[in-house]
Parts: sequence; C-alpha cells; structure tokens
Amino acid sequence: MASSGKFVMGAVAYDPKVVTIWDGFQKYFAARGLDLEYVLFSNYEQQVKAHIAGQIHVAWNSPLAWLEVERVATRLGRRVEAICMRDTDMDLTSVIVVRADSAIHALADLKGKTVAVGASDSPQAKLIPLNFLAQQGLNPDKDFSVLVFDKLVGKHGDHIGGERDAVRALLRGEAEAACIVDGNHPAFIREGTIPSGATRILAQTPVFDHCNFTIFDDAPALQIAQFRELLLSMSYADAEVRPLFDLERLKRWVPGRIEGYAQLSAALDRFGTVDAFVDNMVARCQ
Amino acid sequence: MPIDVDLGSLGFSDGGHLLVKRALRTAGPGGSITVAGRSPELEVDLRAWCRDAGNAFRYQPAQGSRPALAVITNGGAETNRWSGAQRAGEADGGQPGAVVSHAPRRWGLAARGAAVEAGAPEFDFQLVDKIEVWSDDAARLYAQAVAAQWDPKTAIPWDSPFDLDDDVEDAVVQIMTYLIENETAALIVPSRFIAQLHPHFREVMQLLAVQAADEARHIEVFTRRGLLKRSQLGRSTIGGQASLKTLVEETEFAIASFLLSVLGEGTFLSLLWFIERYAPDPVTAAVARLAAQDEGRHVAFGIAHLTQHLSNDPSYRPRLAEAVRRRHDALQHTAGLNAEVFDALVLIAAGSWQPEDVREGHRRVMELTHEMDEGRQKRLRRLGFDETEAAELSGLHTRNFM
Repeated sequence: MASSGKFVMGAVAYDPKVVTIWDGFQKYFAARGLDLEYVLFSNYEQQVKAHIAGQIHVAWNSPLAWLEVERVATRLGRRVEAICMRDTDMDLTSVIVVRADSAIHALADLKGKTVAVGASDSPQAKLIPLNFLAQQGLNPDKDFSVLVFDKLVGKHGDHIGGERDAVRALLRGEAEAACIVDGNHPAFIREGTIPSGATRILAQTPVFDHCNFTIFDDAPALQIAQFRELLLSMSYADAEVRPLFDLERLKRWVPGRIEGYAQLSAALDRFGTVDAFVDNMVARCQ
Repeated sequence: MPIDVDLGSLGFSDGGHLLVKRALRTAGPGGSITVAGRSPELEVDLRAWCRDAGNAFRYQPAQGSRPALAVITNGGAETNRWSGAQRAGEADGGQPGAVVSHAPRRWGLAARGAAVEAGAPEFDFQLVDKIEVWSDDAARLYAQAVAAQWDPKTAIPWDSPFDLDDDVEDAVVQIMTYLIENETAALIVPSRFIAQLHPHFREVMQLLAVQAADEARHIEVFTRRGLLKRSQLGRSTIGGQASLKTLVEETEFAIASFLLSVLGEGTFLSLLWFIERYAPDPVTAAVARLAAQDEGRHVAFGIAHLTQHLSNDPSYRPRLAEAVRRRHDALQHTAGLNAEVFDALVLIAAGSWQPEDVREGHRRVMELTHEMDEGRQKRLRRLGFDETEAAELSGLHTRNFM
C-alpha cells in the first residue's frame, strides 16, 4: 500500500488542465484536514497497474479502467468499490450520426457501409456504440467496416479529438456514420466542426455511466470516508470550488453506482478488449 | 401535464435553449418545467444539456395523442453561480459610492457597475486605490478631450506655400526633433500607467488613453513638419534623453503625473505657445497651437488629480518635493536643454540674423524661461506649496523643460 500517512490518489493526465484541477482540489482538501497527494499517469493501464500494486489508494477511473480493475479484483478474490462520481458521469448516451442527406434511415442501412469511431479504447465513441450495433444484429468488421480514429490511446477516449476526427470523416464522405457521445453533437455544431443541419441522429444507445473514484477493499477507511465526505459536501456555490467544477465539468459529486457500466461490460465480453490486459494483471499478482 | 415550453420545430441547438433556460429561471431552483417539441434531436440535445447544466431530466415518450415531453428540474447551478456575485460599484461615476476607495483585483476587467462572479481571477493591477489616481474632474476632462480631437490631415495647412531661409528651416527642424523626443516620453509615461491602473477607475483610464493618443498625434505632426522641407531630422542629445529617462522610469503614478503633467507639460505649454507666436511659417504655428491646446488638458488633469490626492493626504506633498530634488540631483551633471534647441528658439524668435533681431530673440527666450518659471510656481502654489518652496522647486525643474 502507498506510504503511510499520505493519502494518494491517481488520475490520468489526458489534458494539461488536469494539473490545475487536482492542484485546486488538493488545496481544498488540505484546508479541511485531508493530506491528499496525487499522482498523474500517462494512461489508464498504468494507473490500474499502480492501483493493483497498492501504490495509490484511490483512482479516478474511466469506465473502462473501472471494469479492468473490477475484473482483475474479481479474479483475485478482492473487492472494489466506486465511491463517488460526477453528476455528469450519470446517464450518458452515445449517438450514431449520419449526414443529413444520407440515404441511411435505419440501422440496417449501415450494412456494408463504413462507420467512423473515436479512439479504439473509447467507451462512448467506440465500444458501447459498436456493441449496441452488434446487439441490433450488425457485427463490426463483418456487417460494416469500422474506421477508427485513435487519438491518445490509453486515455480511454477522454480526449475529444478522436470523436472530432470521426465526425470530420463522416462529413468528408469517408464514412457513412460516426459514433460520438450525445453532448458532443451540439458541441461540434457550436464549435463549427459540424455545419448546422449537416447531420442527423440515426440512433441513440441506452444510458450508461462514465468515470468514478475507485477503491480496493483494503483502502484506509478513515481517509476514504473523509475524502468521500469532502467530495459530497463540495458546492457549486463555493467560489473556490466552482472554477474546478467547471474545469472538471460537474455541478456536484454524487455517490458512486455501478449499474451504468453494464453496456460497456457487455461490449468488453463481446470484443474481448481487455482480456489480455486482465489476464496479464492477474498473472502478475498470483 | 401542461406544457411550459413548446419549441415546435425549433431545435434545441438552434436557439431552443434560450426558451428552456428562460422557463427554468422562472421556475427557480428545485422547480420543474415541461418541454415539448417536434425537432428529431430534441431528446438527445436536452438530455446532454441538462446533464452538463446540473438539471434533472426525465423523458416521457409520446403516448396516444399526448406528445413526447421532457420534464426538467432546475438543479440550482445558475443560482449558485451568482450567489456570491458582487456589484463592482456603479457605472455612473456621479452616483455616490460609484467609485470605491479600494478596487478589488478580483473585479478585474469587469465594467464598473457589473455584477462580478465570485472567485474571478485576480489581475495584477498596481493602482487600485482611489486616492492615488482619482479625480472628480476626469469624466469632464475626458469628454472635453474626445470632443477636441483633431485630424492632422485637415487641421493643419500642410499645403500653405512658404519658403524659409535655410538656417531658419534648420532651426524649425531641430525644434521639431526635440519636441518629438519629449512627446514620446509623454506618450510612454501615461501608457505605462494605463496598464497598471485598475479599470474600475474608468474615466482616468480613458483620459490617460486619450492623452497617449494626443501625444501620438503630436509625434505625427511634428515629424511631418520636420520633414516638410528636409529629408532628415535634427539632433538628439544625451542631456535631453537623460532628463526624459528619469520621467519614463518613475514608478509611482502620482509622482510621474506631478513631474510630467504639472511641471513638464506645464512648462511645455509656455514653450508651445512661444513657438506658435514666433513660428516662421503657418504649418509650424498650427502644429504648436494644436499641441498646446491638448497639453492644456493634460496639465489640468495632473493638477486636478494631485489636488484631490493632496487634500486627502497632505503628507504626500513632501514626497512630491523630494521627487523634484531627487530628479535635479540625478540630472545636475547633464547638459539639460541642448544648445541646438536653445539657439533655434532664439533664431526663430529673432526672425533674422541681424544682431539687433538676435538680441531681441534672445531676450524673448529669456522671457520665455521666466514665464515658464512663473507658470510652474503658480501651479505648485495651487498644489499647496508655499511661495518659498514653490520658487525653490521650480528652480530645480529640469533645464530640458519637460
């Protein structure tokens, strides 16, 4: 376990703003008696490894990282818990967009076509929507081609670039559809990536959840309780907190829940995305 | 369930969000509204927007004749955002309390009178205290300055025919060269302080900006007059630049304003009117006159702001006096006004090389320096210095005039 006394959190540096965010939270926690240190990882797999190795107490995990940890823990007979998440981590959907003038009006019309997706490890821009299509009888790489826009693999699609590239490919005619998270559709219209009226939403996945703070069952209980309590007490009305919330895109922290990872879990089962990684982690620990 | 907002075919991303936000504001934190619409993307857009905005979202698909409905509950984020906002004084400077005595750096660039969100970043403005910078006259002087702006292209008779003796033309060119150098200092000094001034003191900021613009125009017209008949300008001396350097490097606003506007530009007023009176050609007369009119305002602001400063803090007066003495000490081993400028002034005041005319020209320049001294003493007395100290300080003013 991480060195005694310090409470160590891990996060992935998917953007320079991550430093501002966690420096700010660290200051906030310190003023309230929680001595938090944070460690930044260049990718989620490194963070998962460090977490399993006991080098960090809590990990700010992507949904994919959560499932990686959970699968390893289950195989090792350990227990993990999602203690907190952002309000904005709940009930996301992904959308499959087509060009407005496209002849595609039903999912079945995608047969034989090309679908652009974000990073290969992006839950929202690849794994969940492709699993959704597979559930509808359209198997990726069999019934349609997948055009992957890998941007910062290892960051699990946290970087918006892959989704933007997928949409650009759609608009250029290199793909017949693109998979993105719901909020990016209006965002891409606002920023001009998608000319207003140029696209149409063909389908929307059921809701799913995104990131969470993950702990193992042997995490220091008092510090975890204090950490969780402080997170849940943070208010958007607090001028010290609000800029950090705006950067991290939340209005409040909420208790963690894991029901919202079912779609991603099914996608991992279907595509075997993390099997090798999980096997490798388990083997290391045995 | 009644529909609060029916967007019809209007898409949420095409402006529909305005109607939804308006209804949510009316509902207030915890209040719910129902939204209907026919845009095919409405549900997707609303769901994503509500999640980001911290509002609860529930969707009821169409059933029978009832259209699909979104029920949105105001999560209070907007109210929370503005709960600690602070009104940054009042926009109308004439209102009591409009300008605060100490402007918080967190107000930053916000318009005076705006509601400023709590937690805004601090700006590194150095001049944040009203006593240091404010004058009740600033708004009036600014309005006057704006109304008195002139266009160098049309305000000066550039095409007037004249042909001066080579020596006189050279004298005019030397004077213009000197004026450009001095006006450059007068542009840089207020410009530096604009960047340090808290924008809460809007009228002062605006006035300094116009002042800098005035100097930019003066530099333009003096340069143009200098090059009207010549391909090169005159000389710049170490003594002149050393004197101006002490001005440019002054870090305290009130002291810089005192040295530049009250003493320097005040002295320059006499000089410009002198040049206008003895100008050998209509273009020189016009550029000097127009510049003098502008400088008059600069001096007026300097006096107004320092008078107010000193009435609030009379103990500051000795610091001003000390600044003059310090500057004198720093410059005592320099030449002061360059001989070329002095001679040029004598020559244009003489109007010819006839010895009697030169004697008269010299007398006039001596009279000018006497007038300058009297003007400085008068302004120093207006700032509350007694006669003896006013005379002493005026005598210590830089020989370079500015």
